[in-house]
Amino acid sequence: MKSLVRLRVNGIAREDAVPDNLLLLDYLRETLYLTGTKQGCDGGECGACTVLVDGKPRLSCLTLTAAVAGREVETIESLARNGRLSRLQQAFHEKLGAQCGYCTPGMIMAAEGLLRKNASPSVAEIRAALAGNLCRCTGYVKIVESVQAACAPPNGVTRT
Amino acid sequence: MEPLPDFQLLKPRSVAEAVTARAASAHARFLAGGTDLLANLRSGLIEVDTLIDLGAIPELHRLGAHADGIRIGAGVTLEELAAHPQVARDYPALAQAAAGVAGPTHRAVATVGGNLCLDTRCRFYNQSEWWRAGNQHCLKLAGDTCRVALKADRCYAAFSGDLAPALMVHGAIAEIAGAQGRRELPLGELYTDEGRAYLNLAPHELLVALRLPAAGGLRSGYEKIRIRAAIDFPLTGVAVALRRDGERVGELCVAATGTESRPLRFAGLEVLQGMTRDAALVTLDKLIRKQLGMMETHLVSAGYRRRATLVVAKRLVQRLFAA
Repeated sequence: MKSLVRLRVNGIAREDAVPDNLLLLDYLRETLYLTGTKQGCDGGECGACTVLVDGKPRLSCLTLTAAVAGREVETIESLARNGRLSRLQQAFHEKLGAQCGYCTPGMIMAAEGLLRKNASPSVAEIRAALAGNLCRCTGYVKIVESVQAACAPPNGVTRT
Repeated sequence: MEPLPDFQLLKPRSVAEAVTARAASAHARFLAGGTDLLANLRSGLIEVDTLIDLGAIPELHRLGAHADGIRIGAGVTLEELAAHPQVARDYPALAQAAAGVAGPTHRAVATVGGNLCLDTRCRFYNQSEWWRAGNQHCLKLAGDTCRVALKADRCYAAFSGDLAPALMVHGAIAEIAGAQGRRELPLGELYTDEGRAYLNLAPHELLVALRLPAAGGLRSGYEKIRIRAAIDFPLTGVAVALRRDGERVGELCVAATGTESRPLRFAGLEVLQGMTRDAALVTLDKLIRKQLGMMETHLVSAGYRRRATLVVAKRLVQRLFAA
């Protein structure tokens, strides 16, 4: 069965007829071609498919598209503006928070969700917020440093 | 993972509508957070033609003081439950259990009802369709033999929800709605010790809410062991509620999850009343040993999980005594 779903994706209003069983991950990647959101474990265990729904991190592989009708969905593609990386993206770039890069979109969206509710998180708070996101390359140290760098005041002092 | 099967998605606005929709099809299922159900559907574990999304039913989302205790709607998310001031203050085992389920993105959508009705798990069941076919299936699904206990006529898949033991040591009552009206029962009686039909619910029945009496001086805590501390299901999880009577035990309740097909509240703990802490720990060890019947349902051995259950239970009692 299909139903008409209205939602906003990266600030743009959309209205699409989607099957009831269409996952948000597949809607983003296959219908809207927003392939920045990655399919990892595909079962809710790795966090690679994390997007923001109404500003909060959600696993798009465990979310039905029809369940986010009327909501605001944001993907990794929404962060860069006019070709300029967001502060968080730039921090991942400079602090080597990405190695193979596959977990990075999910990692950044989970971190983005954290920074919107807590502009100056401690290391423990960063680790807790990213606990559902797996990275097999970095050992997480550079990822946590990247998030710290993104929220550091200009004098460079970070919370520990 | 396989694609999701075809189904229609219904969004009822009331409990009565939801129950009616569930009764209309043998292959309808209630959908709450979906963190377990959608993954299980994609593994081909559940046949479904209708999903009934419970997200738009206001009654299920209420959480607040009730009589002298608290009433928790089944649709309350684990994130909301863990952060609720009255839960954190009066029922710490429950707040700790809710805060430790899976990862933060799961807890933001996963619900109390979903965790309490969580499908039982087993290393022979939570596998892909081709893996299960290659192993001639199992008693829980499409097979005629339990791979954990070859001669058994029952399924031993383990219940793994974290909230149930924490709610049980605080004396929770479950409110259930069905096509014939509403009923309630002590939470422990919601479960059976059979991994296939692990819930005492008719197909059309829906868990609506939980009620807890006043904590009344009970100190409680919840602790679990798992492989990946950030996200995995518990290998074993233990909730303890203790009322001290000076340096002696006034009242002690202990319940576990991840060990059998149902959350287990250990029986016979009344004998601990009046004992010193150290004497109570020795007797508690014996009582738990006698009642634990865990099987090889996990990749981690039953022997390890058994020892871990004892360690965690006794550690919690010590911690609560010292608190």
